[in-house]
Amino acid sequence: MTLHPILAALRKHKAGVVLISLQIALTLAIVCNAVFIIGQRIERVNRPTGLDENDLFLVNQQWVGAPSGDDPAGVEKLDVMQREDLAALRNLPDVASVAPSNSLPLLNSSWDGSLSLKPADQLAKGNPRTAYYFTDEQAFATLGLHLVAGRAFNAGDVQHQGARDQRDRPVVIVTQALADKLFPQGNAVGKVIYSDGSSAPSTIIGVVARLQTPSTGSFGSDFAWYSTLVPTRLDANFSRYVVRAKPGRRDAAMHAVPAALYAVNSMRVLDEDEGVKSFAVIRTMAYRADVGMAILMGVVCLILLCVTAAGIVGLTSFWVGQRHRQIGVRRALGARKIDILHYFQIENLLIAGVGVVLGVLLAVGLNIWLMTHYEMTRIPLLYVATGVLAMLAIGQAAVFVPARRASNVPPVVATRSV
Amino acid sequence: MFAYYLELALRSLRRSPGLTALMVLTIGFGVAASMTTYSVFRAVSGDPIPWKSSQLFVPQIDMWGPNGRSSDGEPPNAMDYNDAITLMRDHRAKLQSAMYQISPSIVPADASKHPINVSGHAVYSEFFPMLDVPFLYGSGWSADDDTQRAAVVVISSKLNQKLFGGSNSVGKTVNVEGKDYRVVGVLNDWNPQPRFFDVVNSGGFSTGVEDVFLPFQRAIAVGLPNDGNTNCNAVPAESGFVGLQHSACVWIAYMAELDDAAAVTAYKQYLDGYARDLQQSGHFGWAPNNRLRDLPAWLDNQHVVPSDTKVSLLVALGLLLACLVNTAGLLLAKFLRRSSEIGVRRALGAPRLAIYAQFLTEAGIIGLAGGVLGLLLTGVGVASVGWVLPKDIAALARVNFSLLMLTLLVAVIATTLAGLYPTFRASRVQPAWQLKSN
Repeated sequence: MTLHPILAALRKHKAGVVLISLQIALTLAIVCNAVFIIGQRIERVNRPTGLDENDLFLVNQQWVGAPSGDDPAGVEKLDVMQREDLAALRNLPDVASVAPSNSLPLLNSSWDGSLSLKPADQLAKGNPRTAYYFTDEQAFATLGLHLVAGRAFNAGDVQHQGARDQRDRPVVIVTQALADKLFPQGNAVGKVIYSDGSSAPSTIIGVVARLQTPSTGSFGSDFAWYSTLVPTRLDANFSRYVVRAKPGRRDAAMHAVPAALYAVNSMRVLDEDEGVKSFAVIRTMAYRADVGMAILMGVVCLILLCVTAAGIVGLTSFWVGQRHRQIGVRRALGARKIDILHYFQIENLLIAGVGVVLGVLLAVGLNIWLMTHYEMTRIPLLYVATGVLAMLAIGQAAVFVPARRASNVPPVVATRSV
Repeated sequence: MFAYYLELALRSLRRSPGLTALMVLTIGFGVAASMTTYSVFRAVSGDPIPWKSSQLFVPQIDMWGPNGRSSDGEPPNAMDYNDAITLMRDHRAKLQSAMYQISPSIVPADASKHPINVSGHAVYSEFFPMLDVPFLYGSGWSADDDTQRAAVVVISSKLNQKLFGGSNSVGKTVNVEGKDYRVVGVLNDWNPQPRFFDVVNSGGFSTGVEDVFLPFQRAIAVGLPNDGNTNCNAVPAESGFVGLQHSACVWIAYMAELDDAAAVTAYKQYLDGYARDLQQSGHFGWAPNNRLRDLPAWLDNQHVVPSDTKVSLLVALGLLLACLVNTAGLLLAKFLRRSSEIGVRRALGAPRLAIYAQFLTEAGIIGLAGGVLGLLLTGVGVASVGWVLPKDIAALARVNFSLLMLTLLVAVIATTLAGLYPTFRASRVQPAWQLKSN
């Protein structure tokens, strides 16, 4: 079969051809970018935090009428109160281990700073940024961190300080990503770094495989894996405790926490919603916007693909009806059913072909526009190529029903006058 | 004549129910997707205080110099304690207030109840008249209360309900962070979105309510720490909350009311003069680099509208466009198929204008039907954003009369536009040729 008759026929209804290719182009452009957005969000939501998230929950409480923590006596008092809480929680039957911590991955509340190889270095001068986790020797068991080099904290490493104070940090543990950034040659353990422009050295005693920083926003995205663990309890009028329940006992342990803490000291705020929160809930809240965006884009894609497929069916059906008689003539002149079927399939392929070429340009254009105005990255070629193939396949699927109806037009139609 | 076209259109639409349904569905879904995303966009990009936003200004002072600026040369988006206090003392705007976010505990009078945590702001007395904050009972505190660090508090109607059962509590006592405060005012439901007076800490939108407002100097005096962000370009030399007040760390929001252009110019000169004085005295090693944006510009600068919302709206508009192209293609095929009918009408003396009227009526009816379907789907869409979007944003999206009217209008106008080219082609049909060929 030659293309010539198809092209000649298409020339007869240019406007329809232009409209349907334009629609295919728009669909391809939007679907490619929407699916790309979905892919990015799924990747983001699925990245592991580095924690063992099962059986993990967070206690967030505030004391009423506690010392401010601005003077040394107040700090000591607060530290006693915090250790009482820790002891009470560690005594609960369903609890495996507990560690104080100023934050957790995905919690979007962080103490950030920067690390340098030189003492008294200026902040924000090309030094890697980091988020600090102030915790104690039970952090590894509680968070489920994976130590890859050096040693974990022991009880002797642990200090305490007022939450707004700046204290020397003789030993720290960093993530593998941060260690690689600071010491590209490797062997970070035993090396000395300086935090937040301090002139007091900190020795790296261990490296953990992975630990995400608390911030999920764009602000923290360039140091998402640069966490530093400091063996220090922070003392303020509020505190956070990370609790690992015994396997499968998370809900029971969570349930037991309020009574246990009120028994230690009832002058405290333990919010009904925020006071005791499972890590699963923290994760859901942190990624709600991403999941929502992915669902929204998915719905848009679905509607768009249905509309386009239905549009192709509708328009082709019309053309088939319009050419009823010509089809009969062709059949009478010896064309087989399969020839008629192929005619409409090839016609669709041509129209869709023009559409996807235009669509690829539009898709890339839209992507570049989104890149300049919003936080988007370049769309990988794989997405566009898959989109092109999918679009062509949808076109063929949509054209099949009307094309088959066309192929069933009997040759006798040619002899009837309409 | 219109009734006749209406009848013709309905008859034509009935003749091919499948195609008609297809077009109505296309328009319905396209419009509903756009309107649902638009309802979210409208909710988050709205002006929280439209009658006054052009008179409210946020000053920024470049107290960190070149090293502390963002990549586009912007000074910090909050103030340190020293600058905020100086600006308050100089009092150059009509009304102004420094403010910081607090999260104190409230101890209920009933000893059997556990203490609760509330959020709010420490502000100056001018905060309330400046932002036209509505009161249910009482009012804000006085300038004297500011200077005397009076133990007074303004509470939300929600907290009033919780603590006093909703009765007039002015003059009663609330225990905030272990100390007694006298209630001077109860707010009438006031929950502006975005939380424009402190977008840096609220991130724009908030599901919570501002439950307490305390005098700024009182909160400082009792050491009520800030619960919002603290940004430092250097580690504070002293420790604790007092050390923070002596540092160049930024943690205070500031807003000023300037009623006319002259006042804005004067205030800008004042800010620059303040920075120049600091430069001359050697505190600043750089020329003044201040900003003074009005509220709409400030909200834009702080990217209060999430980029996801904008991208969603854009993608949905693209979907609507694709739906319209689709409808245009179907209408074109449909109209041209009726060439012989058009030929007869033209031959019998119908002018082109009549053909336009007839076919645009048909397109309009499809638009209207699509719009009605779109209304239902928009209702479903807005109801279901609550499941997928973050709560603080989803809670703001609402279906109201103007959204419904807009949905119908968009559907009808867009479909009529889509019908323009097919109608133009239909009106060009040569009567003689059509009559001959039959």
